[in-house]
Amino acid sequence: MQNHPVFTDNDPQTELSTLNLGPTHPATHGVFQNVLQLDGERIVSGVSTIGYIHRAFEKIAEHRPFYQITPLTDRMNYCSSPINNMGWHMTVEKLLGIETPKRVDYLRVIIMELARISDHLICNSVLAVDTGAATGFFYVMEYREAIYEIYEEICGSRLTTNIGRIGGFERNFNAIAFRKLRKFLKEYPAVLKEFENLTKRNRIFIDRTKDVAAVTAEDALNYSWSGPILRAAGVDYDVRAMEPYSSYEDFEFEVPVGSNGDVYNRYLVRQEEMWQSLRLIEQALVKLEKEPSDIFHADVPDFYLPPKEDVYNNMEALIYHFKIVMGEIPTPNTEVYHAVEGGNGELGFYLVNDGGRSPYRLHFRRPSFINYQMYAPMSRGMLLSDAIINMSSLNVIAGELDA
Amino acid sequence: MGKLTNEELLKKINDKFPNQVTLLGEPFGLITFETGREQIIDVLTYLKNDPALLFGYLTDITAIHYPELEKPIGVIYHLHSLVNNVRVRLKVFLTDDDVHIPTATVLWNGANWMERETYDFFGVIFDGHPDLRRILNVDDMTAFPMRKEFPLEDPNRVDKKDYFFGR
Repeated sequence: MQNHPVFTDNDPQTELSTLNLGPTHPATHGVFQNVLQLDGERIVSGVSTIGYIHRAFEKIAEHRPFYQITPLTDRMNYCSSPINNMGWHMTVEKLLGIETPKRVDYLRVIIMELARISDHLICNSVLAVDTGAATGFFYVMEYREAIYEIYEEICGSRLTTNIGRIGGFERNFNAIAFRKLRKFLKEYPAVLKEFENLTKRNRIFIDRTKDVAAVTAEDALNYSWSGPILRAAGVDYDVRAMEPYSSYEDFEFEVPVGSNGDVYNRYLVRQEEMWQSLRLIEQALVKLEKEPSDIFHADVPDFYLPPKEDVYNNMEALIYHFKIVMGEIPTPNTEVYHAVEGGNGELGFYLVNDGGRSPYRLHFRRPSFINYQMYAPMSRGMLLSDAIINMSSLNVIAGELDA
Repeated sequence: MGKLTNEELLKKINDKFPNQVTLLGEPFGLITFETGREQIIDVLTYLKNDPALLFGYLTDITAIHYPELEKPIGVIYHLHSLVNNVRVRLKVFLTDDDVHIPTATVLWNGANWMERETYDFFGVIFDGHPDLRRILNVDDMTAFPMRKEFPLEDPNRVDKKDYFFGR
């Protein structure tokens, strides 16, 4: 269907030109190749070629213990890797039947919503760059940096975070982390507002984005879209609201929904989701005050690595450390599907376990992979410049696309 | 929003497809059926279009390989009814010498790449698929790398044998 050959005679008036858009092109923000047939500036047909950074994560995961799979999930959607990490931890916790304390859930909500903000922030500011407004991008990047600094306080790394452990976090949030978080919450709304002033009612931005690549709700569902782009098309499907995980049911938040699924609607939905994420973080901070401040992981010595000092000085800790690392603890022989709302949509983990220490089969339901397949069919008849901003607003992340 | 329970779903499926669909269990509340490839499209169509079920959202298609079973290749569908907020999992097992199954692209356009990925990694041939090519691996690859007979690392290594790791 999307690969049909285009037959033309040699008349220069009717002959189509072929354009290789990608794999490395500054306008595609990642490794994406589309071979386009162009009639002037209009796209007649296109073929997407993917897999340039395929790293066989599903195969590697079959040979690794559960806790070593977390860094693989980092490298899928690297704009919001904490959501991937948390999604994976929650999948394993569901499999093992681990109940996490409320405080862990709320800390996770804070981290996941920060990740969502950084993800949407990149997407919307890059969309502004692609429509010609580079200023906004440089301005808001400072606050992505602020988010990364918060990650750094919590887990020590910035982009590929490997944050948290099965059962909770590797260490408690320190005072600097909370101070940086409060500083971010204080400063960021004004920045987001200013970015919105720059773009939301901007004539040029609206002209470039409104009614571009509009998608009906039927088409979006038919192509199994999820996340902000599905909500922009008018379907209020958000995993956080439909199947709450990590105590999302304790929070008040709205699920913003668009009307016609065009690029402008997707921008608006992402923008509103950032405001909602801020709301969620504020609520989580209030809820944290009522929780005991020294709890940061579930009490599951069978799966949660003990602190290193204890391993050297304490017999039980040494035994548990050995058992965890050598994988001597039996796990249930069953299968589990767990989904979280990632930056781009429903990020699912389908884990089939055979009782060993590594998965028998692990499949990632990657939203970018599934969202991107509509790109070539929907580009037909579109101007090349519109197809570029359409790709920006789909927010396809190459790592998640190819896994 | 009427909440559909797994019991109602089981009853409806059993009434519609007597003896053709077997219940495999409900791990973590997600009801799982097994069926044959002859009726998989009928079952999917029924689940998608029945006004009480409306499993209109195809979450995922993937496969699994159990080399020791008589039918080693399993194709796994995850569907989601957004109206009822219920998920269902369907499995179809195929023999090694006849890895054919009808395509679900007749029901969902989104099945296109999911089936291509499944073909790419497990060699499941989806009959009637419009464009069944490899998707993530290179086109001239001959193996189906997610099958269990393909080792991840050099099989001559002795320090990473499964029995060291409880498997």
